[in-house]
Amino acid sequence: MSIVFQRPHALTNAEFSYCPGCTHGIVTRLVAEVMDELGIEGRTIGVAPVGCSVTAYNFFNCDMVQAAHGRAPAVATGVKRSDPNNVVFTYQGDGDLASIGACETVHAAARGENITIIFINNAIYGMTGGQMAPTSLPGQVTQTSPYGRDVATQGYPVKVCEMLSQLDGATYLERVTVTDVKQVRNAKRAIKKAFQNQLDGKGFSLVEVLSTCPSNWGKTPVQSIEWLKENMIPYYPLGVYKDKGGEE
Amino acid sequence: MAKVTFDIDRCKGCGLCVEACPKKILAMSKDKMNAKGHHPAEMIDQEACIGCAFCATMCPDCVITVEK
Repeated sequence: MSIVFQRPHALTNAEFSYCPGCTHGIVTRLVAEVMDELGIEGRTIGVAPVGCSVTAYNFFNCDMVQAAHGRAPAVATGVKRSDPNNVVFTYQGDGDLASIGACETVHAAARGENITIIFINNAIYGMTGGQMAPTSLPGQVTQTSPYGRDVATQGYPVKVCEMLSQLDGATYLERVTVTDVKQVRNAKRAIKKAFQNQLDGKGFSLVEVLSTCPSNWGKTPVQSIEWLKENMIPYYPLGVYKDKGGEE
Repeated sequence: MAKVTFDIDRCKGCGLCVEACPKKILAMSKDKMNAKGHHPAEMIDQEACIGCAFCATMCPDCVITVEK
């Protein structure tokens, strides 16, 4: 008998701190699988955010840095520039990347930093208890928008891939999800490409993964996946938003 | 024959593996409870397993190892 599927080597033995059924765990595992497949675990340095994945430094077997809230792309810039031979990635949620860290994200993309960003978009602040995020959908009920997000007073969601695609510095931007096996495999392909781009020196790569938050959406894990398909994907269409390497 | 093993104490009982299984041979345990206090997923018909690893692919907590 041979192994068809097992825990990737690039993950430590630590249990994930994510809630039951949160698809964050799938994405964390995919990043580790990609590290295994590219054989880069020994020279990869990850930057953990503030949010549900704040303890990502416990999960990955590679070296990790914990950045201040939203500053992961700035920290990653420093780590990468100090030794370009390292493979540097950040793993950030929407509250981290699209809100307090929007500036760092935009400017890292504008500078065309040769780093990889894995961006988990679950349309809510998870760790702090379900407040409205910049990515919360119009009408979405959260702790701080109990009557639904009213765009007249609370504005519209930030579409990160669309926004960054306007910047000349960005190389590769793709939005994927992990709602079923097919989508998980597609997400892994995108994450692998984002790392490969960095190895090839192509520049700034960001993969946005639409993810669930069963605890704060107030749904079961299976219901959450359905909610994501019905509500998030129409607002945040999946696909490649920029692929400079592919165009050339 | 394929073999699926569960690292039971890692399971958080979310049920995504049960949903993903094309053969519908996984179920959440009704009588067992793991160290976390969740009802873990379990195999109800090992003989019927085709080793596709869909369950392990959807598991957010790396509970499942699949051999074939």
